[in-house]
Amino acid sequence: MTEVLRIEGVTKRFGALVASDDVSLDLRAGEIHALIGPNGAGKSTLIKQIAGELRPDSGVVRFLGQDVSRLDVAARARAGLGRSFQVSSVAADFSALQNVMLAVQGASGGVYRFFRPALKDAALREPAFALLARAGLAGRERVLASELSHGERRRLEIAMALALRPKAFLLDEPMAGMGTEGATQLTDLLDELRHEAPILLVEHDMDAVFRLADRITVLSYGRVLASGTVDEVRSNAEVRDAYLGEDA
Amino acid sequence: MREGWINAVILALLAAVPLAAWALDEPFVITLATKVAIFALAGVGLNFVLGFGGLVSFGHAAFFGLGGYAAGILASHAANYEPLMSWPFVLEGSQQMLVIWPVAIGVSALAALVIGALSLRTRGVYFIMVTLAFAQMLYYFAISWPSYGGEDGLSFYVRNGFLGVNTFDPLSFFTICCGLLLMALGLTDVLRRSRFGLALEAARQNPQRLLSVGIRPYGVQLVAFVISGALTGLAGALYADLNRFVSPNMLSWHTSGEIMIFVILGGVARLWGPVAGAGLYILLEHQLGGISDYWQVYLGLLLLVVVIFARGGVIGVLARKQDHD
Amino acid sequence: MTAVLIAEQVLNGLQYGVMLFLMAAGLTLVFGVMGLINLAHGSLYMVGAFACAAVAGWSGSFVLGLMAALAAAAAAGALVEVVVIRRLYARDHLDQVLATFALILIFSEGTRWVFGSFPLFLSVPPALSGAVMLPGGIEYPLYRLVIIGIGLGIAGGLFWLIGRTRLGMRIRAGEADREMIAALGVNIDRLYTVVFALGAALAGLAGALVGTIQSVQVGMGEPVLILAFVVIVIGGIGSIKGALVGALLVGMTDTLGKFLLPAGFGVFMEPAQASAVGSALASMLIYVLMAAVLVLRPRGLFGDA
Repeated sequence: MTEVLRIEGVTKRFGALVASDDVSLDLRAGEIHALIGPNGAGKSTLIKQIAGELRPDSGVVRFLGQDVSRLDVAARARAGLGRSFQVSSVAADFSALQNVMLAVQGASGGVYRFFRPALKDAALREPAFALLARAGLAGRERVLASELSHGERRRLEIAMALALRPKAFLLDEPMAGMGTEGATQLTDLLDELRHEAPILLVEHDMDAVFRLADRITVLSYGRVLASGTVDEVRSNAEVRDAYLGEDA
Repeated sequence: MREGWINAVILALLAAVPLAAWALDEPFVITLATKVAIFALAGVGLNFVLGFGGLVSFGHAAFFGLGGYAAGILASHAANYEPLMSWPFVLEGSQQMLVIWPVAIGVSALAALVIGALSLRTRGVYFIMVTLAFAQMLYYFAISWPSYGGEDGLSFYVRNGFLGVNTFDPLSFFTICCGLLLMALGLTDVLRRSRFGLALEAARQNPQRLLSVGIRPYGVQLVAFVISGALTGLAGALYADLNRFVSPNMLSWHTSGEIMIFVILGGVARLWGPVAGAGLYILLEHQLGGISDYWQVYLGLLLLVVVIFARGGVIGVLARKQDHD
Repeated sequence: MTAVLIAEQVLNGLQYGVMLFLMAAGLTLVFGVMGLINLAHGSLYMVGAFACAAVAGWSGSFVLGLMAALAAAAAAGALVEVVVIRRLYARDHLDQVLATFALILIFSEGTRWVFGSFPLFLSVPPALSGAVMLPGGIEYPLYRLVIIGIGLGIAGGLFWLIGRTRLGMRIRAGEADREMIAALGVNIDRLYTVVFALGAALAGLAGALVGTIQSVQVGMGEPVLILAFVVIVIGGIGSIKGALVGALLVGMTDTLGKFLLPAGFGVFMEPAQASAVGSALASMLIYVLMAAVLVLRPRGLFGDA
């Protein structure tokens, strides 16, 4: 059982506010590890620190055994850390296809090519079409990203994350704003993805969490409240008090 | 109307007007057309970072002026038979365009590399101010440095040579400038459609997203900035050659603003925008300038109207839809 | 190079800085509260100077001229805000730069149209001309001391306004979260017009005061505008304190630089050359200062990090 991602003792303060308080967790191959907790618990802040957007005040982030704490977002992305954002972040004036082609380009490293037209480049197009199909967006390739539905944009982000041939996924509330049907489809997709690369999943949608997660870590006020298998966490009294409520 | 058709019309006008003027023996009009081509080239340079890259550089006069001074200094040294440097090696002046252009491009590109490398560390209004500041530095430097005329500028009396062509002939000089403009348009078009262009556009739209796919906006934007500076610098060299005169005015922030006007009037991020914009500007300057000494008031009003109501510029209003692949 | 001379230059730098502060304060308020880059601020400076020169020339009273400057600049500012600026708040920086650049063209050429190209005459009022003896044997023009006084007084006034009045509270809240104060029922349109007009009045005042020392002519506002931008970038956009510190820093650096550098170079160069090289470097000095500050603190000294 290999550890793909491990964070140790990560702490982050914003003035007097302790957003992350000595957080440690790990992500193993083949698993979906859900990160849950009430609003303001520091889940997104933690994701940002793992992705490289924020620098922790102390602590270490290890990816594939290497200390990546000093690497920036782009370097970690190239190392294989795929990410989706809490608020969909795509290139709005590009089509879905162009967005994914951009991601393929980032992964394959040929940015400073000046002369061949990118949009006709088969090395970018074909993988992009395949990825879009995989994410359930076949037929929507030419639609402008700003005109995609909310759920489609979520899936576009996953297609882009997939383009990086990731060794781990950081997904920040992919279900947010999805209706039931969209959520079910996305849950199916995520279930499939775990075999590709393990997923650290921040989510509020408990149905999805209980269905998908192998392990759960509960965050509250920046600290890890509990961490373990789904059953362990579900029956944990503190967690029920803080977050899940009685009928979880 | 499709943008492609509009571009064809602009090109046709750009070719037809000077030819007609030549046939009708109106050399002044040919000179005006040459100005359009040169301003358009400066605008094409700026448009590359401003329109496609989304970087509001308010200091492009720096490159325009550097190109101009490169041409002026080389030409005047050659005219006086005085080398620029005798130690550690002899550096002669030159009055050959084919020598002057690479120098102008090289100097501007180098300046753009330095200015860009520092400025791109900032964003938003800070970026605008920093680019302006660098241009101002060069402006004041040019005013104070006495060897090349200082505030009065530098005249060099001979039009530079291009192979065997009689470059004093207005139509010949126009053809040279127009040729360079077309090459620049071709270059920026190819770049825009390339992988590099895709990354540059993404850097404009969503830098966070670009980072998360493993590409750093800084590098892409810096390269774009250098290319942009080089093109505007070439325009500066041609402008100096046209007037056989270069002065610190080419480095002033008014000039930076004017280059922006060419771009915005024609349509930001439209390939042929700067050509349309420069054409419109020269037309206004000539026509309105004939009517009133205070024509710039009307230019200001027009610019205001365009910015507030007709954001896409001339081409935007006519084409209504971006010419995408 | 006597101590008296240096002291005089320091005072000059202080006076210059205080004038820059008047310009910069308006600029930074407008950017901080409304998020707008306003290149036409220099034109409001010019309007103030012209109004003062015209009215003072006609009435013979400098005080009337000053009041005219404040009124004219504030009115021009309010008018411009309602007609043009209001449409720019939601736009991106490029649009704001271009639109306000257009305003510069309109104001400059318009002023030239009305007043002609020759500078207007504005003299120091007789009551304030003459020099004052300061401790240390320094004889310094009374008028310049008055300017320093007025400037510092206004700085104090602004701090009081921002820190202690309801208007100031709304301004600070607006800087923090524009949408929120609208939701809380503050009349945003009026607040913005007031802030803009206030900034314009300060610029007009600066123009009128400086117009006696330098000439009143079209385009006088432009060098000052650029410097004001340098000041707020150094000080941190949106911060009045930053504007004051930045303005004093820039004023001192520029004045002392123009004084000391040519003199310094004169030690080992010929006077003509030293003067040329010295002034060239002195003019660039402020921009070098700005670049240095930005490298260390990318948001300026007191800007939000």
